[in-house]
Amino acid sequence: MDIYLPIAGLSVNAVFIVVLGFVVGLLSGMFGVGGGFLTTPLLIFYGIPPTVAVASATTQITGASVSGVAAHWKRGGVDLKMGGVMIAGGLVGSIVGAMLFRVLQNSGQIDLIIGFLYVLLLGSIGGLMLKDAIVALGWVQQPEAKTQPRHNKWVASLPLRWRFYASGLYISPLAPMALGFAAGMLTVLLGVGGGFILVPAMIYLLGMAARVVIGTSLIMILAVSAVTTFVHAVTTQSVDIVLAGLLLLGGVIGAQYGARLTTRLKPDLLRFALAVIILGVALRMALGLAWRPDEIYTVYYL
Amino acid sequence: MRRGAFFLALAAPLLVGASKPVLVPDVSSRAIEIRYSFSGAQLLLFGAILYPGGRLPSKRADIAVVVKGPVQPIVVREKHKIAGIWMNADSHRFRSAPSFYAIASSRPVEELIDDRTAAIYELGLDNLQLSPGGGALPDKERRFEAGLLDLRKRQGLYRENPKGVEIAEGVLYRARIDIPSQVPVGTYTAETFLIDNNRVVAAATREIEIGKSGFERYVALAARRHSIVYGLAAMIMSLGLGYAAAWAFSRRS
Repeated sequence: MDIYLPIAGLSVNAVFIVVLGFVVGLLSGMFGVGGGFLTTPLLIFYGIPPTVAVASATTQITGASVSGVAAHWKRGGVDLKMGGVMIAGGLVGSIVGAMLFRVLQNSGQIDLIIGFLYVLLLGSIGGLMLKDAIVALGWVQQPEAKTQPRHNKWVASLPLRWRFYASGLYISPLAPMALGFAAGMLTVLLGVGGGFILVPAMIYLLGMAARVVIGTSLIMILAVSAVTTFVHAVTTQSVDIVLAGLLLLGGVIGAQYGARLTTRLKPDLLRFALAVIILGVALRMALGLAWRPDEIYTVYYL
Repeated sequence: MRRGAFFLALAAPLLVGASKPVLVPDVSSRAIEIRYSFSGAQLLLFGAILYPGGRLPSKRADIAVVVKGPVQPIVVREKHKIAGIWMNADSHRFRSAPSFYAIASSRPVEELIDDRTAAIYELGLDNLQLSPGGGALPDKERRFEAGLLDLRKRQGLYRENPKGVEIAEGVLYRARIDIPSQVPVGTYTAETFLIDNNRVVAAATREIEIGKSGFERYVALAARRHSIVYGLAAMIMSLGLGYAAAWAFSRRS
């Protein structure tokens, strides 16, 4: 069934887009990530213009994170004060990211930067996760257990300290704000929620209580991706509401089934699978940078 | 309409009596609407050649038809391998590249007409007036032109069909032009050329409007004119759908 996308300006197979949304939603429900790192490259590969793909994929991140936030909220797993500080940083980050996007677009290097960032981020995070998962599964023995200090030295040296009761922290709000800023910029530039960076950073860098990490990162992703959709609609005008609707339709249902599946699978095996997927995407992107591209020439409209 | 027919009836003896053949062209549709299931369209360009005195000459004229989309200013970027990575390294500007160009003729264009005339009427992909930005070496300009033509040919936006026009009984001609789904909206022109003896003896132009209609037109307009409301709508849709799914599933379990 072909459907014409009014903003992207081409026809796509509606069933394919819904199924794509469902599969990504399934993964995001299972692993608690937005899934933008899969949607955006796949849409671009399908022939959707990159700006439209990035702008429309953010709506799916919003939709998928809503149900997660609702579940964690009921359990009291959201630190609102911490979330607020990170959202503030994230909003500034998304606006700076939008300006950076415009500059890179004009210079013609946006695709290269997007590719580079994907390889760098996905490669390092995927590698770390894979190592963790293999150790946890008992396939490899950890050589020696290092005791890590709970508080990062660099974070502790920042001025101005606030108390975050739910997170059990007494730290400077500048650190979570900077984290939010980085995640907001990534959301605009790459069309990813940034959950796969936020969660490890909140645990290892800030030392937040594990109970509130996922819920707080989700509410931050929810707010920033919703605002990013809005920023894209106003500045680049490339949000395709038909494409977003199709993606969401599959995505929100997939997320629910994914969340259900999680309880039946071994968590370490789950982490191992996610690490493999992330590394696969990173490898594909790295090859894309080094291999001779299909098109040497590309057209940009003035 | 009636007045037009009246004048045509008056003019008919003059037209037929002229020494040159005359063209009576038409297009299958004057407007193409892009709707939800639009997956491309087919245009039929057809008409008749009226020879002086109504007699068919032994050497028959040829027909070439051209469908052209609105021109756009573009930048073409070229990738080079730098330090093992393919990146955009060079660019060139074209001020008037047609967004769509399809030519069909009854014989290959280079057999019909000499290069200079072909260039004047923009017949054939090699004769497009792309108005490249100045300051570049002719070498580089040719390279970028070839790159652009090759890219758009493979996208189906630029086509050449040297056998695309059928002429029946030497009088009636018709040509089909396929328009792919990813063409931009705007005013297209369909030109028909009657070519005899290395010269264009008659030419006619029809305009074809390609536009989004119904819901598609409404969405595209809303995104452009009311971008704030549009953005809010997209936000509310994603929040609403996410919440609806969470609610539906929490009730079931």
